Amino acid sequence: MAILTGTTCYHCGNDCYTEEHQKDEKSFCCTGCLSVYTILSKSKLGNYYQLNQHPGETQASGNKQFAYLDEPEIIQQLIDYTDEQKTIISLYVPAIHCSSCIWLLEHLYTLHPGILENRVDFLKKQVYIQFNPQQISLRALVELMSSIGYEPLISLQDVVKKNSRQTDNLSKKIAVAGFCFGNVMLLSFPAYFGLSETEAKFGEFFSLLNILFCIPAFFYSGKDYFVNAWQNLKVGVLNIDFPLALGILVLFVRTIVEYVFNTGHGFADTLTGLVFFLLIGRFMQQKTYYHLSFERDYRSFFPVAVQVLNEDGSEKSVALEKLVQGDRILIKNQEIIPADAILLKGDALIDFSFVTGESLPVSKTLGEIIYAGGRQTGSALELEVIKPVSQSYLTKLWNNEVFQKQESTKIKTFSTKVSHYFSIVLLALAFGTLLFWLPQDWRTGLSAFTAILIIACPCALALSTPFTMSAALSILDKNKFYLKNTDVVEQLAAIDTIVFDKTGTVSIAENQGVIFKGQLNHITKDIIYAACKNSSHPHSRRICSFLGHRNAVAISHYQELTGKGISAIYDGKEVLIGSRQLVTGQKDAKQEFPEVHIKIGEQYIGFFELKQRFRKDLNQLLSNINKNYHTYLLSGDSNQDAEVLQSYFKSPFHLQFKQSPQDKLNFIKEKQEQKAKVMMIGDGLNDSGALKQSDAGIAVTDHINNFTPGSDAILDGSVLHLLPQFLKFSKSAVKVIHISFGISLTYNIIGLSVAVTGQLSPLFAAILMPLSTVTIISFTSLATHYMAKKHQLS
Amino acid sequence: MSTIFFLIGCSVLVAIVFLLAFLWAQNNGQHTDLYTPSIRILMDDADDKPHPQSLSEREGNAGDTCISDKILNSK
Repeated sequence: MAILTGTTCYHCGNDCYTEEHQKDEKSFCCTGCLSVYTILSKSKLGNYYQLNQHPGETQASGNKQFAYLDEPEIIQQLIDYTDEQKTIISLYVPAIHCSSCIWLLEHLYTLHPGILENRVDFLKKQVYIQFNPQQISLRALVELMSSIGYEPLISLQDVVKKNSRQTDNLSKKIAVAGFCFGNVMLLSFPAYFGLSETEAKFGEFFSLLNILFCIPAFFYSGKDYFVNAWQNLKVGVLNIDFPLALGILVLFVRTIVEYVFNTGHGFADTLTGLVFFLLIGRFMQQKTYYHLSFERDYRSFFPVAVQVLNEDGSEKSVALEKLVQGDRILIKNQEIIPADAILLKGDALIDFSFVTGESLPVSKTLGEIIYAGGRQTGSALELEVIKPVSQSYLTKLWNNEVFQKQESTKIKTFSTKVSHYFSIVLLALAFGTLLFWLPQDWRTGLSAFTAILIIACPCALALSTPFTMSAALSILDKNKFYLKNTDVVEQLAAIDTIVFDKTGTVSIAENQGVIFKGQLNHITKDIIYAACKNSSHPHSRRICSFLGHRNAVAISHYQELTGKGISAIYDGKEVLIGSRQLVTGQKDAKQEFPEVHIKIGEQYIGFFELKQRFRKDLNQLLSNINKNYHTYLLSGDSNQDAEVLQSYFKSPFHLQFKQSPQDKLNFIKEKQEQKAKVMMIGDGLNDSGALKQSDAGIAVTDHINNFTPGSDAILDGSVLHLLPQFLKFSKSAVKVIHISFGISLTYNIIGLSVAVTGQLSPLFAAILMPLSTVTIISFTSLATHYMAKKHQLS
Repeated sequence: MSTIFFLIGCSVLVAIVFLLAFLWAQNNGQHTDLYTPSIRILMDDADDKPHPQSLSEREGNAGDTCISDKILNSK
């Protein structure tokens, strides 16, 4: 072990298994890392390695094709701006992770004179590049970045988000409202303490200024509330924006009227304060995870373009949506098959793990149909497209009506439900008071009517949800559970049925348990290790990690037999590692787990059984969840793990295997028709339909930068065992909202009891409103953090 | 007491200047990335003159290779 850990790759920090790659007395794990180092040291960018130790990512996995970046149509879709002299593009680079990355990417211009300027946005993992298209093409630029280990992720679906403008506007509105609020408070103070006769002219001047400050707060900052209220009213919904807009409007009108008729100080302070606090609440509610996307579909998983073979044998890049039936496409090693196609040429060994959950690559014979979404592992293939991309077996899932629906909240939030009744009661009360006073004194009646609308303005009510939820979101975020928006907390709390996917969700695709059946001694272990470490096949890797670091022994004539195994020569003896057929000559029997057989010389040693390993504390997790929820398991895989998994679920009928993506979606739908609130937990493209259909769809991932299908929340696989706590916590968060609604209603009732008499003083309103707001903000934040402690979430 | 009119005018004017400064910064995109500049400022400019440490190391390496070359040549 000591021998091998001694040398780590200077570039990426991985262990070096070979002494082959060395330069300047530094060791590298692979040619990729070495070439990155060579480029950088040649361009005097060695500083990259000074800022952090081993800043790079391993370059061991293959290189990609960027030929499609020569197509003007594709370029047009990707760039932000272009003219004769410069082109601007924002690229998403998942590899950005440390200060060295920033430094290097911001010094790209030293590598090529055509690059004019570049800036990194670390949190969004984006690079903005200005380059001269005359000097460097987009393809050359991307290839350059790829050559130094920062390959941009380019997909059909826009991974670079350009919708940051909306939040910017919100902060401007907050700035204006805050400016108005501060100045109005300053000018209102004299009025609170009473002005003497001689100072009356000041009072008038202050009131005039106050009105001037109200105008931007009302027309600019508060505009959204009127727009929202009106839009909801048009479709017959009374949501919280309606009483808010009404309150703001009445405050504004009454302030002007009081100034014109010189009957009082007006409510400028309450108005500006209200708008300011409400906008803060809205700001809190917006939490964006720049590095995560909840809206991805198959387009971000598929390549942008594919190589099409012309009749004369030449290759051409064609954008995916332009692919038509009958096109002949070329798929190289590690590329994804973008459309259902017939195999014409080549040895197909397709890895469907991401699509079906089946963890073993499937081999296909000539003339067989290969469904879209599989990844070829091995030599290049030639295929004929039989269906366009959008109509393929997998992708037509997205034509399902679930995906056509406009994205709206899946359940009515508590706040929407309450504000509906709140608005009705408020209007009834206001008009009732007006009618009561009208026969006696219309002035008092009108003043009581407006006072009710002012005092009942549900500011605290509107703030309790955003503040509770934003606190909840940040607690969940710390525990590696990322929610799309604040409504998801309420969706989680309403769940009564949980459906799990198998591969990647309850089981881990990699790092599964390995058992050896037979006798192994030190020398055989060394030989197997030496042979397997050369192979990148998942089985070889698992065997290597099972054996741990071994002494290096010399083997020769290493050969990889695609789809069968590996052969090598050790000490004159033939070493065979691979399938039963390769090693023993017997036919492959139906097996429970993948097996890897070993033969050295003429002696059959035994075989490795590669078991799927389930996630940490799965047993505990499910027994915990089973108490309060109905649990089901849907797997695209064959039922090889059925026996082990059955014990975790209430009944064997709750486990279903060989489920197609459409089956999964239908299963969820069926449960929902039986009035169940279903949560789906899945990870692959095949779960997309189910995730979308469910009341709360959670995507599980082991690496947060990896592709995750569209969902309501993204959960880091390492914290799946915390799921019961998350669910309990979301219920508590909803409880906190209920209590804070109670508190704010109490404030409203106190205010209303004063308002109905028509004797509402501006001072009273100016104190009550901020007081209730502060109470709610502090209560919700404290209570939510207390709940998190209670449920053992840090 | 009428200086109050003047003083309030001044204070509002100053406040407006700050508001405009904020809005300008916002429009200018100065608040879009609040994290990267905090790292960027810690990095030395190595545009023309390389980092002193890396320079010395590179020279050291160059020296080493020279010696090893000589050894190889002598052999």
